[in-house]
Amino acid sequence: MADFDYMKILYAATTIFLTINYGLVLQGIIGKIYARVGKRIGIRIYQPYINLIRQWVTRNSISHGIMFYLGPVFRFTGGGGILIFLPLIYGAPLFNSFVEAGDLLLIMYFMFLGTLGMALGGGEAGHPYSAIAVTRGLAQVTAADIPLVLAIFSITIQYDTMNIVEIVGAQQGSFLNWTLFTNPLATAAAMLAFLGSMMRSPFDVVLAPQEIPIGPPTEYQSQFLAMLMTNRTIFPIAKTMLFVNLFFGGVALYDSYLLTFLVFFLKTFTVYMWSVFVGVSFPRFRVDHSIRWFMKYPLVIGVLAILFVSIGN
Amino acid sequence: MAKMNYNKRFADLEKRMVTPPEGEPFEVDPLKDYFSDAKPRTYPPSKIPPLEKFYNWCRAESIYILGFGTGCGAIEMRPLMSPMYDAYRYGVHWRPTPRQSTVFVVGGYASVKTLKRIVRSYEQMQGPKWVLGVCSCTINGGMYWDSYNTINRLDHYIPVDVYITGCMPRPEALLDAVETLKTRIKEGRGEGANKYAENYEWYKANQRKVIKSWDMPDYNW
Repeated sequence: MADFDYMKILYAATTIFLTINYGLVLQGIIGKIYARVGKRIGIRIYQPYINLIRQWVTRNSISHGIMFYLGPVFRFTGGGGILIFLPLIYGAPLFNSFVEAGDLLLIMYFMFLGTLGMALGGGEAGHPYSAIAVTRGLAQVTAADIPLVLAIFSITIQYDTMNIVEIVGAQQGSFLNWTLFTNPLATAAAMLAFLGSMMRSPFDVVLAPQEIPIGPPTEYQSQFLAMLMTNRTIFPIAKTMLFVNLFFGGVALYDSYLLTFLVFFLKTFTVYMWSVFVGVSFPRFRVDHSIRWFMKYPLVIGVLAILFVSIGN
Repeated sequence: MAKMNYNKRFADLEKRMVTPPEGEPFEVDPLKDYFSDAKPRTYPPSKIPPLEKFYNWCRAESIYILGFGTGCGAIEMRPLMSPMYDAYRYGVHWRPTPRQSTVFVVGGYASVKTLKRIVRSYEQMQGPKWVLGVCSCTINGGMYWDSYNTINRLDHYIPVDVYITGCMPRPEALLDAVETLKTRIKEGRGEGANKYAENYEWYKANQRKVIKSWDMPDYNW
């Protein structure tokens, strides 16, 4: 503890702050894309900022108990945890605050932590819609996690490590070193699983306002909801960054900061857009449909990825 | 028969003895034990005026409408989501639950049965909150002015910020009302939630006068 670098806390806070801003801008852009696909003009780009501030300054709020408080905290810990244990920019100390403290297993845990927190929090709210949405959400997230875990096992065997920094390091040099080219099957399985965890159509039945309203956060209001909204801005970015790190070579530190950030935005934006393009093109699955879908192609691709890597080794 | 059903409906709200697995039976009074009987209180605006002005601007520019069709006027709200009117570009969104909404659009006539739901939903919304009364029916009863089970003036039961006249008003009128509401909020005049808390007894007396089967707590937290 004596040699703990306290600057790291500041670095982590900066990382989260910057990511919140990036997430809000991205939300605005995606809202705009969704609107244009539907032939609407759509929200203003800065609308997510106003929504978030408005939600934080609500005057009163209702609590349903301790777990109701802790639900959004768990959720935020899930999003923020992934963010600070990931090497956002490979080699830059500012965006690598706690990377050596955790590995891929911890990240996988954090990805599920938020969902479990919401299950407990939404459960204590006592609303039947929360309970039914939690069962649907957990079923779908678990189904989507199976191909993802297979893909991650596959690349763990391939690189013989669970340390993300080492995995990113192994992909440096040329774009042909990316996992995308060295292990395309694992990438395919993981990118299909990625769709399931982004809460966009066709896998958004859990949170869709038109379905059982509005899923686990039915009873969440005021600052509780604001906390969840803050998490919703950082969680997709954190997850996208995990995929960029594992499959698309991460973001290396170039000589010019401008170039580094450009690559960062380009990579995260492209991977994020994958879920948006699928989202605007396909209608919504019911939970039993989506579970069956995940248990079909992504699962088979995931198993094949492990087989090929094992044979190759 | 009707009386029997009536009693059956409220059976789970009556006092009863419950025996837990431990064995010691205890009495449960659902309306007292399951619901808070605290009264609403007023929440003053921020003490720093420029900050409150900024908050009000945010509140005005990000309006979450409670998507609860209470009358025939609710049909005029749906076109606002379509490419023709696209209210999203004015910062108007729809939320499926009163907990997350700020603007309650009462779409036309309110029968006594609906009024009960309107009151419940309104009280479950978190302040500051605003109400739009659509159609003549919310203003003076409209064509139902002498109906036996329809209320005439909505603002006797919950505070209303903006009324929209017409039978039916067009979606443009609704958009215009939203803009009017925005100006009111920005000027700091949208204090309906505090008004409701201040005149709580008066509103409750009015509500109890028309809602005979009062099977809910006094204030729906």
